[in-house]
Amino acid sequence: MSLSARETADGVRSGQRTTRSVVEEVFRRADEVGAGKDGLNIVLHEDREASLREADLRDGKSGASYLVNPNARPLKGVPVYVKDNIATTTLRTTCGSRILADYVSPYDATVVARLRKAGALIVGKTNMDEFAMGSSTENSAYGPTKNPIDPTRVPGGSSGGSAAAVASGMVRIALGSETGGSVRQPASFCGIVGVKPTYGRVSRYGLVAFASSLDQVGVFGRTVDDAALGLQAIAGPDPRDATSSPIEPQAYHAAQHDSLEGLVIGRPREYFPDSLDPRIRDICDQAIERLKSLGAEVCDVSLPHTSLAIPVYYIVAPAEASSNLARFDGVRYGLRLSGDGLEGMYEATRSNGFGPEVTRRILLGTYVLSAGYYDAYYRKAMAIRGLIRRDFEQVFAAGVHVLLTPTAPTTAFKLGAISDPYEMYMSDIFTATANLAGIPGMSVPAGAVEGLPVGVQFLASHFDEYRMFVAAYALERAIAGGAV
Amino acid sequence: MVVGLEVHVHLLTKTKLFCPCSTEFGATPNANTCPVCLALPGALPVLNEAAVRLAARAAYALGCTVHEDSVFARKNYFYPDLPKGYQISQFDRPLATDGRLALEDGADEARSVRIHRVHMEEDAGKSVHDRYAGSTAIDLNRSGTPLIEIVSEPDLRSAADAGAFLRRLKQILEYTEVSDANMEEGSLRVDANISTRGPGASTLGTKTEIKNMNSFSGVERALEVEFARQCALLERGERVVQQTMLWDAGSGTVRPARSKEESHDYRYFPEPDLPPLRLTREWLASVRTDLPELPAARRQRFVESFSLPAYDADVLTATRDLADYFEAVVASGAEAKVAANWVMGEVLARLKDAGIGIRELAARPAQLGVLLAMVRDGAVSHSAAKAIFAQMAKTGEDPAVIADREGLRQVGDDSQLSAWIDGVLAAHPDEAGRFLAGEKKLQGVLVGMVMKASGGKADPKKVNQLLAGRVAT
Amino acid sequence: MAVSEFDVRHVAQLARLAIDPARLPSLVQELNGILGHMEALGAVETSPETGDGRLETTAAGLRSDEGPPIPLAAARETFAPQMADGFFLVPRLATHEDLGSRSP
Ligand SMILES: [Zn+2]
Repeated sequence: MSLSARETADGVRSGQRTTRSVVEEVFRRADEVGAGKDGLNIVLHEDREASLREADLRDGKSGASYLVNPNARPLKGVPVYVKDNIATTTLRTTCGSRILADYVSPYDATVVARLRKAGALIVGKTNMDEFAMGSSTENSAYGPTKNPIDPTRVPGGSSGGSAAAVASGMVRIALGSETGGSVRQPASFCGIVGVKPTYGRVSRYGLVAFASSLDQVGVFGRTVDDAALGLQAIAGPDPRDATSSPIEPQAYHAAQHDSLEGLVIGRPREYFPDSLDPRIRDICDQAIERLKSLGAEVCDVSLPHTSLAIPVYYIVAPAEASSNLARFDGVRYGLRLSGDGLEGMYEATRSNGFGPEVTRRILLGTYVLSAGYYDAYYRKAMAIRGLIRRDFEQVFAAGVHVLLTPTAPTTAFKLGAISDPYEMYMSDIFTATANLAGIPGMSVPAGAVEGLPVGVQFLASHFDEYRMFVAAYALERAIAGGAV
Repeated sequence: MVVGLEVHVHLLTKTKLFCPCSTEFGATPNANTCPVCLALPGALPVLNEAAVRLAARAAYALGCTVHEDSVFARKNYFYPDLPKGYQISQFDRPLATDGRLALEDGADEARSVRIHRVHMEEDAGKSVHDRYAGSTAIDLNRSGTPLIEIVSEPDLRSAADAGAFLRRLKQILEYTEVSDANMEEGSLRVDANISTRGPGASTLGTKTEIKNMNSFSGVERALEVEFARQCALLERGERVVQQTMLWDAGSGTVRPARSKEESHDYRYFPEPDLPPLRLTREWLASVRTDLPELPAARRQRFVESFSLPAYDADVLTATRDLADYFEAVVASGAEAKVAANWVMGEVLARLKDAGIGIRELAARPAQLGVLLAMVRDGAVSHSAAKAIFAQMAKTGEDPAVIADREGLRQVGDDSQLSAWIDGVLAAHPDEAGRFLAGEKKLQGVLVGMVMKASGGKADPKKVNQLLAGRVAT
Repeated sequence: MAVSEFDVRHVAQLARLAIDPARLPSLVQELNGILGHMEALGAVETSPETGDGRLETTAAGLRSDEGPPIPLAAARETFAPQMADGFFLVPRLATHEDLGSRSP
């Protein structure tokens, strides 16, 4: 997609382009890059005829809404791919799992309804690690997604399909979901922008739950502005999600006009350990220099409990997952396999329906909640989660506006390169903290190592996505302009 | 016998606890279900404010402390009528704790039962096992219906006390309009924990839990039967095994529930989809202020303000509607004891015969008040009033209209009465002579004759006065 | 606190997952490998004052007691594995109670 989301919407609104031509371009590009199962394996479900019919229908209606209210359809005619764990009535929602292989949701997720209302078209559902459990999109029951930049490598995960759809130029905006870094890490691996909003900023209604206290819908954009536009469309309170916040979102696109004068950027030393790849460290430090030269003030800060994030995360997330995934029991929807009586049906359905990583995490989560272990694991982990959040609160309370860190400790790795589960979990080492603390974070492309993209991460205080966007817009502009 | 009760009560909300589905009974299977109560992937619970209000009201009515902060938790277990694979309940931070329910009015604490806790939770669906060969059928219309669980301390010492506890509890729940608390219809369910303390033993015996009772008397009978079983075991020197017993009302026996293969490990943890429930002091104060007068207070007031016997107060306050009706009759000018007699007599008899509730009674309290005033003023006789009420109760017509149409008004007009008296005296000269000569005991006979001559319409009081007057002159 | 094969079988039963006996030893090893990394948490001082780790929310999170119900875009029959007369059907419980047809 050569035009930005904003340009596409403007073009469709003004009648310079038809929605059909936009959608046709998506599918043409998808075919070029090989988005299907035999290629990069980005798209799990699509219905091209239905999408084109929908486009025609939109084109048939006059552009009167634009004349009445130019803000009515900010994403008019903009095609969007949606991660396959977000409920859609028009396409299947499988969560990359066998257990939901043929499942079509009878309701739309709030974010999907909002995208449609904003004028966007859902053109397909993207591949993912099963139930978002993974950091490489290799755990999909439908085969791994490959990184468009180097198809021998992973796109990151768990939202690898959506990241690859944007990185390969099929669309400018795609939805992913985050539990521990599943948008930011693939954004870094694929060289695009990925935003994880504050917990409660975006409705989770219709996002199939992995770990309810950590999950949040996130947005991929080719550019910071694409991502800002996408987030704007889906953010805001939702009466169907009791954890969604009544705090109204800011106008994120306005952040592009703000200067960095007075912005205080913190560089948390725990995110730059001695073991960090020096090339990634250099890219982060270059980004800091660019922002400094634009007027930002930079200071070193400390978040002492950072190293505990992965152990805490891998107790809390599997615990909640073990409970959230109990509903996949073959009774009301999804896969059902026969066994000996009801219990046999349960076991046959669940054992065959879930893949190995999901099984492992359900067992782990059940264990840490079970009698005798709850206090040592779950309660303890939650208490330390509170300490991790307090680290951030103290830094932000001290006057720091935005933190800058590497998004991931590595660049995209080779398919099949990591087989040890815990080594894979360490992919989330710089991202899981934001989910545990509930704060917003985003990854912005900042350089490359051996031709593989590297993102830097901005973190901000609760509901302060705006300042994060101020820094992101500025960095993106500076890199494009080549100024250091 | 040492007994503690766990009572589940459906709350009278229009919609379910976590979704806007109707709570109405009788819909076709699964018609009242949505993404939330079907536990479709991605659906989320949102708490019903009215359910919280009713739960807090019940807790206050039971004298509990209602906590500003309470926490919902997930109770995890697999069962086909539990769609999410967990029940959203409250565990270590319940809505309310530390209440008390008196078994007798004004009694000392020994005759009251401590309430351990009141917490909110959702109901499961229904499993039908015998309708389809080889299959269990699941109806989730009830899934997500709001419940409170009221847990008593093991303070009950007899089956009769357990029955009294439940009847008083039901009355409180009805008064506060928290629940219709109907055990036969399943809106109130009781599980009983019972143990037997041997004579002189200071520690509690092993307890069993009895389930599956469907009436208060069933609870009483089940407790007696289980108590006898435990006593027999202990007398034989055997042990009571901690287990769940099922009551079979048909045979009047208890039997052990089939043991589950696995021990329960519910893996409770705080429900991440619902923020902790935080109630402001103002909100709690408003719930408390809005609490209606409770049955015990009303009984006491009826005795004190209306000088009614305790028995009358008890009968009249059986339900809030009946008590309201009675008070409205009094408010319309009737004398309290007279009104009480009428409500306890004619009114309750009518309700029983017609099989209706007081709200469906056509005769409104003010109309009954008018009727009682007519009796007081001699406009109608007592027996005529009963006939009038029988019609009012069916048609809702005003008593005066019925009295006029049916010719049931008493005649109190002196000239008419004197004419009837003259006629009687003339027709019975012997009795008339003896009466006028001072044989006062004949007055009753003569009154009867006058009443007969008037066709029952004469006001007997006035006839008496007039007859007495003739002797004096 | 090492996980044993017994623990894994118990937890698998709670989660209604059948574990291939051949897979069990490696699964035990994996879980112990992961849980080994969690040991670090035990060394951290926490107290009731450090909180229960739940996110502070600004949400009131209450809804009023009214409809309309959330509509379904497709009939239940379109996603249910087995239905009859509006009921979801499941294989009959081997241990179902004739009287106590309620879940625990
Ligand atoms: Zn519902």
